[in-house]
Amino acid sequence: MSTDKKTSEPLFSKKNKQLITDPLTDNNPVTIQVLGICSALAITVQVSQAIVMSLSVLFVIIMGNLIVSLLRNLIPSRIRIIVQLLVVASLVIIVDQVLAAFQPDLSAKLSVFVGLIITNCIIMGRLEAFAMANKPWPSILDGLGNGLGYGAILILVAVFRELFGSGTLMGYPIFGNSLPGEESGLYAMGYQNNNLMILPPMALIITGIIIWVQRSRNKALIEEH
Amino acid sequence: MALNKESNGFTFGFAIVLVVVLGVILASLAEGLKPRKLGNIRVKKQIDILSAMMDVEKEGIDRANAEAEFTKYVDLNKAVILNNLGEQVSTGEEAFEVDIKKEYRDKNLAESDKKFPLFKAQDKSGLSRFIIPVVGKGLWGPIWGYICLEEDMRTILGVSFDHKTETPGLGAEINKPFFMDRWKSSMISDDNGDFKKYEVVKDNSGSSDPSKVDGITGGTITSKGVEEMVNRSLKIYSNYFKNLNSK
Repeated sequence: MSTDKKTSEPLFSKKNKQLITDPLTDNNPVTIQVLGICSALAITVQVSQAIVMSLSVLFVIIMGNLIVSLLRNLIPSRIRIIVQLLVVASLVIIVDQVLAAFQPDLSAKLSVFVGLIITNCIIMGRLEAFAMANKPWPSILDGLGNGLGYGAILILVAVFRELFGSGTLMGYPIFGNSLPGEESGLYAMGYQNNNLMILPPMALIITGIIIWVQRSRNKALIEEH
Repeated sequence: MALNKESNGFTFGFAIVLVVVLGVILASLAEGLKPRKLGNIRVKKQIDILSAMMDVEKEGIDRANAEAEFTKYVDLNKAVILNNLGEQVSTGEEAFEVDIKKEYRDKNLAESDKKFPLFKAQDKSGLSRFIIPVVGKGLWGPIWGYICLEEDMRTILGVSFDHKTETPGLGAEINKPFFMDRWKSSMISDDNGDFKKYEVVKDNSGSSDPSKVDGITGGTITSKGVEEMVNRSLKIYSNYFKNLNSK
């Protein structure tokens, strides 16, 4: 009887909705599980790059979850990690190739980092922990949720870093013109961009601050030691 | 199911089938997108060359119309290939196909076998322009660019530099207008046509001296890389210009 019940489960049941909302809040892959930190450091200098990176990861994690979930009953357990890696690597190459063909300017900037999606622990983590044991539809939702949760943090960090590091958002100047000799807006009053924001350590500090804010708002997230 | 999915046979079979399937998918994707990607590279090169001699954005040149605009200004039939002494080796369209980045990296290629292309162009009012491709090393990876000379073959009209992985906000600024504009109207040779070495300086004296250019604060190694790249290349080309003028 239980199988009947499962097939009649609505596509967006409470349980399925949680698959999307949990990673966005109390089970965020970056701030709670502390995965995928490397790309949070590397790609968050500019918001536009963070958005493309988030979309790429979203695509890879959803498709990866779907493919692994479809194959989950076939994959020999001894080589399951290799199989997952192969699937992820192939998807990443597809993203890289498509970007190179249709968005060459973006691809030139991001190609190195897109290649690094392969090593993003969030993706391997979801494939191993969720897709290997769940049906395709929940796996897609799980991928969507985790991809969005990752992207949300990435873009949030990028907003801080681009705004205070370069004084722009999506490339548009926010505080005025910073060119030496032609200062306007805040720069005319002596404001200066914070160069530290552009360097990787600041991404770690901002991520840390986000983690701190989140845990101080929700005490249940604080680990007991 | 009779199939034992933990058996060695199944494991090998699964691995082989998966690899073949993924291989075929990726290979056909790469092959299918190849013309597009090669086209992108060609167009990018055309835009880079043009941006040394004009403000590409202001002229409304983008990827869509680059091919047509490029042929309007640059006559590839007049392009020449030089050797490392600045002597003309050949002329014609093949100059566009020379991959100087590859030749620069190729340790097995003798200096005298390297090709140095030179593009000849005309601006809107019919004045001659000479565009020199350059390539060198930055802090983290390759840097490259194009230098456009005015009709006198010694005054720099404009440059376009780019880089692969220089530090954002520091060395990466070499492709920003504020840095590239500093090269404008400086001279690559003295009155006799002999090459004059460039110096990328820190003391802000760049704007007053035609053979000095202000570097980028915090981007010292990239700036030095630009200096080395420009000097090495322009030395070769200045020989060619000198001979051309003395003829």
